[in-house]
Amino acid sequence: MRVGVKLLLVAAAVAAAGVLIGLYVSKLTTLQGSASYTVPVKQVNGKPVVDLTLETVAAVGPKLSPNPDWVSYLVQNQQGVWEHRTVWKLPANATIHVTIYNFDSASGLRNPYLARPEGIDGNRITINGKPSDGINPNDASHTFAIPAYHLIVALPGVADNAKNQCGYAPCSLSMAHETVRFTFHTGAPGHFRWQCFVPCAAGWVYGWGGPMQTIGYMDGFIDVT
Amino acid sequence: MSAVPTAASPAGAQPTNHGRRVFVAWIVLSVIATPLVAIFLGPILPPGNGSEQAHGQVIDNTVLTATITPVICLLVVFFAYTLTQFRAAPGAALADGPPLRNHAGIQVWWVVLTTATVLFLAGFGTFELLQNGSGGGQGPSPVAVPSGVRQNQMLQVQVIGQQWNWTYRYPSYGGVETQQLFLPEHTWVALNVTSLDVIHSFWAYKLGVKADANPGVDNIAYLQTRGPLSFDIRCAELCGLWHGYMYQTGHVVSQSQFASWIKQQQQLDKPVARYLPKYQRFYYPDPQRRAG
Repeated sequence: MRVGVKLLLVAAAVAAAGVLIGLYVSKLTTLQGSASYTVPVKQVNGKPVVDLTLETVAAVGPKLSPNPDWVSYLVQNQQGVWEHRTVWKLPANATIHVTIYNFDSASGLRNPYLARPEGIDGNRITINGKPSDGINPNDASHTFAIPAYHLIVALPGVADNAKNQCGYAPCSLSMAHETVRFTFHTGAPGHFRWQCFVPCAAGWVYGWGGPMQTIGYMDGFIDVT
Repeated sequence: MSAVPTAASPAGAQPTNHGRRVFVAWIVLSVIATPLVAIFLGPILPPGNGSEQAHGQVIDNTVLTATITPVICLLVVFFAYTLTQFRAAPGAALADGPPLRNHAGIQVWWVVLTTATVLFLAGFGTFELLQNGSGGGQGPSPVAVPSGVRQNQMLQVQVIGQQWNWTYRYPSYGGVETQQLFLPEHTWVALNVTSLDVIHSFWAYKLGVKADANPGVDNIAYLQTRGPLSFDIRCAELCGLWHGYMYQTGHVVSQSQFASWIKQQQQLDKPVARYLPKYQRFYYPDPQRRAG
């Protein structure tokens, strides 16, 4: 085979590999299976207010993900249906009322300091209706954190011996869960990541593989527009 | 580059001394360019003057840049001279050049000058590093400890990396932990950098500080703040999915602002204070229940 032909083949192979890598990366960055969800906005006294309702589940289930055993956040749409999306569009300079139903048990925080709520109204959350300014870090199941907002909320886990625990998502409110509510405020438009800080990926080294290293499960973005 | 007759030197005429021409041009250009680089380019070199260490790095970068300026000048002069003087006229017949001959003098000077330059830079860099570490992490037993200040006079700040955020503990304020880094102005600070999981790297560019955050290691870096400023903090070690988002903004503030801020943080920490581990040089978090 002539040298020119060989060079051409090598160049074509390199170009093909580049295209394949590009496609793979673009698929990752477009958050496969996690297209953004635009949270409905209402106006209260002329200011935008949003109710963001989430649930955290120990296993996302085969209907919502190709990784049915992975822990995940879900968002509730206007019809009350739970969707597997972790990119949420929120209005700028708005009040965000968050409700999180946690159906998972505790794993414990790696850094106990993160058990303290911060970056939310009054730095207080309510757990099943009762105000709280911090939980036992060992009882933490997950966190909802937006580092750019210095926002951290630790979610207490369902007791290990609780009855009627949810197996696969979507989980019904009739099943064992903890309800956490809090309010925060968005500022200027931007693209901000959120994540869980509890090493909650069961079966992975130090609980930090799989769903903790894949966008669309225990992390995502808020698109503030 | 010895004197050789060229096509432009007709027989009998004095041959052009290209070597001397290049040497003179190089000296003239270097004498002009080196001070200009040191005076005008030096002060705007990175990383700026956000701290005494950063300022020291600017001086180091200025010395390095000024030192290599004559080298660059030589390359530029040689390149330009060659392009202009040894250019074949359009349509001229191809002719072989004069044979290359050994020149012991040039070789000796070349070895002497380059060796001296490299040894000077190595010595200068080592001297600068030994002053106070130049803002770099020195491990758990620093050898380049700042002179003129005792360890117990420094503000100790523990920098804790974890996937994917930084938190900070202030042992002289009851071990209070915070999400943001605040430092008082004109203060010696000992940063004790560690990690709870994988290897990170604490990089405060404007302060001239960079130190790896390793689990189970207390990596110490020294810093002397200057006036108030805000600075970016980044992770400089690829540490997983959100490595690129592991950044924050830190602040150097006045002494009174710092006192007020740290008091506020102590109040905020009260709800979880009883759960925080006693301040240690590093931490080994227990294996998690599910992950193991």
